[in-house]
Amino acid sequence: MLLEIKNIETFYTLIYALRGVSLTVEEGTITAILGNNGAGKSTILKTVMGLLDDQPDKGTIEFMGKRIDGKDPEVIVRMGLSYVPEGREVFEELSVRENLLMGAYIRRDRAAIRKDFEQIYGYFPVLREREGQWAGTLSGGEQQMLAIGRALMNRPKLLFLDEPSLGLSPILVKEIFEIIKTINQEGATILLVEQNARMALAISDIGLILENGRFVMKGKSKELIEDKDVQEFYMGMRSEESAKGYQRWKRKKRWR
Amino acid sequence: MFFQLIVSGISFGSLYALVALAMVIIYKTSEVPNFGQGEMSMLSTFVAYTLLVTHGHSFAVSFIGALLFAAILGIFLEFVFLRRAKDPNILSLILITLGFQMILYGLASWKWGADQRDLPFPVSDFDVINLGPAVISYLNIATLLITLILMLLLFVFFKYTKIGVAMKATQQNAMAARINGIRTNRILSITWAMSSAIGAVAGILLAPIATLDPNLMLDPLLKGFAAAVLGGMTTLVGAALGGYMLGVIENLFGGYISLEFKSVVAFGIIVLVLCFKPSGLFAKHYVRKV
Ligand SMILES: Nc1ncnc2c1ncn2[C@@H]1O[C@H](COP(=O)(O)OP(=O)(O)OP(=O)(O)O)[C@@H](O)[C@H]1O
Ligand SMILES: [Mg+2]
Repeated sequence: MLLEIKNIETFYTLIYALRGVSLTVEEGTITAILGNNGAGKSTILKTVMGLLDDQPDKGTIEFMGKRIDGKDPEVIVRMGLSYVPEGREVFEELSVRENLLMGAYIRRDRAAIRKDFEQIYGYFPVLREREGQWAGTLSGGEQQMLAIGRALMNRPKLLFLDEPSLGLSPILVKEIFEIIKTINQEGATILLVEQNARMALAISDIGLILENGRFVMKGKSKELIEDKDVQEFYMGMRSEESAKGYQRWKRKKRWR
Repeated sequence: MFFQLIVSGISFGSLYALVALAMVIIYKTSEVPNFGQGEMSMLSTFVAYTLLVTHGHSFAVSFIGALLFAAILGIFLEFVFLRRAKDPNILSLILITLGFQMILYGLASWKWGADQRDLPFPVSDFDVINLGPAVISYLNIATLLITLILMLLLFVFFKYTKIGVAMKATQQNAMAARINGIRTNRILSITWAMSSAIGAVAGILLAPIATLDPNLMLDPLLKGFAAAVLGGMTTLVGAALGGYMLGVIENLFGGYISLEFKSVVAFGIIVLVLCFKPSGLFAKHYVRKV
């Protein structure tokens, strides 16, 4: 087990954001966390990364068999966990190249870093064209690519992606998800947080659904795609109308 | 006379530029104008004096010793006082730096008293070179050269070293810096060490033309602050240019209009800039921070 979260609870002062979340991520997989706005998806990632002071309040987090709860992000990153935060968070007044260089901040192997630049420019050719430009002047989609590239420069064993599709055009979303799949096939394990359930389930192996700080469903992504509730509540599909033409009652979520 | 005023204005401007750089480097990272800056460099200058005069070390040893002291002082103040502030707002941060100012001023007055001393400097202020219509002293030349070399070093540091780029990254987005493994607390310490050392250079260069007492940096601090504001508080190039501009403008004002009100120029400039172009004359920011 690469990552093992056991029953964590996270507070923002008085707001009870995670109410006992357990999650395991197996090496080599893509795991997707789905859920509505405010469900607590980003909070899971932030808690694991050590970005929230004194959190988790309860529970344990193990990465590659070592406890990481309570550790600082600077330490956790060095263990091989990379994070693409919600909203990109690129260094706006550094060039694209410098941003990527900061991604490799903890590394010393110069030759390999140079090779990784090439690999990332291979995934995202537009970044090479924009190499000398300030990251803040990139388009939203380009910034997303840069944020992913920057996280990869750390050669992570496990990569956290928080809503990579946010604000991107459908074509670009497809492109980014294809690249995420490629990154996974080349060896990185991925934990993905998404609103775009259809895309996330299409590329992931395991899917989990979070509501109000708790997981309410877990399954193979292939099966979740077929699930009526998931289709209706997370993929925006209407269930079929009844024979007489009456609209059926809104489905009640089974897991409630 | 015009050229003479400009030449000596540039020389004073170097000192303002150094103080402004020291301020801006801290402002960009800790987001506070450090009003203790002046007293930090005054104290470091006293350390140079003590090493040089009291203990009879060479100038080079005293100079380096003072810079080391300054660096440690900067790290100490940030670590012990500023970092303790939980969820600080700008006002409480400013109060803390004013606290530094008072503590250090008191310390210097207690240790060295109000006597006016001379810091012997290896380059003379009385030997001059003729530059056509103006003369420039060796000391002025040394000041200018040292300042320019320091600026060049800073430029190289921020542009070409990994730690320099990481410092900029931390200034722009501390959270993002941390998730890339940058130890932002360490960056903070380095920032304060650098800034304090630059301030010390300004104090040591100023002492031979002023007199060394606890008030040494009172006036230059205000001027440096004005220069930093003129440059927009957030760009190093702006701060440096602001320093030189202020030095020259002030000198011209003193020469042609009123010597008594020369010092008011800096205040006038702060007010004008804040009224008409609060982002400074040289800000080229893509987004405004703060
Ligand atoms: N810094 C904060 N301070 C206080 N409450 C917060 C903070 N961040 C998040 N919350 C609250 O915690 C809950 C979970 O937030 P979180 O950002 O994890 O949601 P999310 O599932 O990522 O939503 P979205 O899909 O909109 O990004 C929300 O109710 C939110 O209001
Ligand atoms: Mg979120």
